[in-house]
Amino acid sequence: MAALLGRSCRKLGFLSSGHGARRTVSTETGKSLNLYAAINQALHIALDSDPRSYVFGEDVGFGGVFRCTTGLAERFGKNRVFNTPLCEQGIVGFGIGLAAMGNRAIVEIQFADYIYPAFDQIVNEAAKFRYRSGNQFNCGGLTIRAPYGAVGHGGHYHSQSPEAFFCHVPGIKVVIPRSPREAKGLLLSCIRDPNPVVFFEPKWLYRQAVEEVPEHDYTIPLSEAEVIREGNDITLVGWGAQLTIMEQACLEAEKEGISCELIDLKTLLPWDKETVEASVKKTGRLLISHEAPITGGFGAEISATILERCFLKLEAPVSRVCGLDTPFPLVFEPFYMPTKNKILDAIKTTVNY
Amino acid sequence: MAISRLSSRSNTFLKPAITALHSPIRRHVSTDTSPITIETAVPFTSHLCESPSRSVETSSEEILAFFRDMARMRRMEIAADSLYKAKLIRGFCHLYDGQEALAVGMEAAITKKDAIITSYRDHCTFIGRGGKLVDAFSELMGRKTGCSHGKGGSMHFYKKDASFYGGHGIVGAQIPLGCGLAFAQKYKKDEAVTFVLYGDGAANQGQLFEALNIAALWDLPAILVCENNHYGMGTATWRSAKSPAYFKRGDYVPGLKVDGMDALAVKQACKFAKEHALKNGPIILEMDTYRYHGHSMSDPGSTYRTRDEISGVRQVRDPIERVRKLLLSHDIATEKELKDMEKEIRKEVDDAVAQAKESPVPDSSELFTNMYVKDCGVESFGADRKDLKVTLP
Repeated sequence: MAALLGRSCRKLGFLSSGHGARRTVSTETGKSLNLYAAINQALHIALDSDPRSYVFGEDVGFGGVFRCTTGLAERFGKNRVFNTPLCEQGIVGFGIGLAAMGNRAIVEIQFADYIYPAFDQIVNEAAKFRYRSGNQFNCGGLTIRAPYGAVGHGGHYHSQSPEAFFCHVPGIKVVIPRSPREAKGLLLSCIRDPNPVVFFEPKWLYRQAVEEVPEHDYTIPLSEAEVIREGNDITLVGWGAQLTIMEQACLEAEKEGISCELIDLKTLLPWDKETVEASVKKTGRLLISHEAPITGGFGAEISATILERCFLKLEAPVSRVCGLDTPFPLVFEPFYMPTKNKILDAIKTTVNY
Repeated sequence: MAISRLSSRSNTFLKPAITALHSPIRRHVSTDTSPITIETAVPFTSHLCESPSRSVETSSEEILAFFRDMARMRRMEIAADSLYKAKLIRGFCHLYDGQEALAVGMEAAITKKDAIITSYRDHCTFIGRGGKLVDAFSELMGRKTGCSHGKGGSMHFYKKDASFYGGHGIVGAQIPLGCGLAFAQKYKKDEAVTFVLYGDGAANQGQLFEALNIAALWDLPAILVCENNHYGMGTATWRSAKSPAYFKRGDYVPGLKVDGMDALAVKQACKFAKEHALKNGPIILEMDTYRYHGHSMSDPGSTYRTRDEISGVRQVRDPIERVRKLLLSHDIATEKELKDMEKEIRKEVDDAVAQAKESPVPDSSELFTNMYVKDCGVESFGADRKDLKVTLP
């Protein structure tokens, strides 16, 4: 696919942070894998380690439209890895029931854009099951995986980022990985977490992102944000594929003498407020960036919380560099997206406030 | 030889100018409108209703129009295939070649006041509703002159003046919408119906059954047409449906199974369905059809079905070939005339592509237009809320 304003295939080697701040759990080497291969590995390990786990969704049997489920049906059998008909509401509801019987149901929704028929099941059934039954029942074994985000030519229905809708629902968790190594560890955590989780995978990175991924079984803790780049002048918060763009902006800003601290939120619900708070108290400035439209996006929640906690330490208003308030366009995608230059401009404006 | 055949016809526009094969004057093909009756090859199967007769009333003119329209649609889809591979069309592109008989047969039975709503495989339906080739190609390439002004793309073709309500990306979402259209038609008493097209994949969506219940409860003039091309993306019907008899899935709603590769059978079924819907409420038409291309341009279409199967259908059931045989056997046109017609159509399509390529992309201010109604005065913010701010018209 055509490179989109500087998005080119590159190895994700995030600068290792110095001292103090939380860093990646493992810096061991492993095999070079892309995102879909890392997720595939995580699924193999998950199914291997728990005989009562199942993977199902549309077209997962042959490996899935993004190859995340390759080899699973052959290895674990058609009774554990199977295709469903085309009915998202039915698929998720079915997964909730399966999880309620103590199984690990790993549901695939083919594109996050199609998750809305299942929205009622997620919000009204999955999120509230434990609460309304007084802890008699729960569907903690449920994990819903869906590819999200822009891909360069996806248009209205293959590019959406619906994370904000789900962050508004107490009772579920929302997790978004930024790279292959993170994805494997986070997905295994999500599957083993005793709460229903919605796991959004940045589809743009399925092939584009390549990283060394350890081959063993490892998890990355949920609700822990990571400072992937240290700095002093401004804190940038993001998740998923957008971090690649933000990192490019940080590098450019550094050339102009602005030292940027970049945080990967990883888990959006419940999110790690302490790490972001500590960082903003240090830098005094905050910029949030996400692909989803700006109004009502998750950046608004982060902004409001940080304002409450760090008001007197802030040197400038919280800046949000996000998608525009329009449906995700087809030909206009380059205008819609929060690009490196938009972020760079916002960094400079905030620092010079 | 030709002269004797001529005299057996009445009301023809045929000029007795055929002499040798290298004659410079082309014979006008028959545009006879006197009725011909043709039997469909495959009988109809019905559920809770009577089957229409297998004898279809048609005319030379109509069959020729079928040929021309289907050839045009076929050429358009093939041109779209090349344009996509040349990266002039981006995004997603779902081609309809193989299923043309459905689009033309349906049009022959209805008027432009009857509404049609379909899924994302909508290029040929748009052309059938009277859409122009250049509008279609422009929209595919995201140009300003496209039917949706370049903002919709392949999956979102619309034509208001022909009651074509488009082009929908989410599988099955158009079904309740279509029933709503039918309700409005019934309310307005304008003797029109709505054809709601969906696929065998969408047939398992909950919204279909919700819409069927509503349509049947309120006797809406809705005709639900299941375009059963036997594969929901890569999944064969036997793997996704407990009952692949889609025409029976309406339970209390009558249904008809139709050979969707036979334009005349499609016409007969749609005519029957329209009469039924206006009197008795909803009916399901299951069109047994086939698509040659994969689900979309990113799908080679050969991982879940054999190439033999595809070429088998092409040889035995191709809708255009079927009509060609009819035209030849009923002496409505000669082999050469049909080939010439196809050449003309090819040129027509190439011209439309060239014209579409020249047209400009929409202005970047169009990113913000048509979100809300005019004069709403809503502000839309750009990236950082400081510099880029647009007040929507």
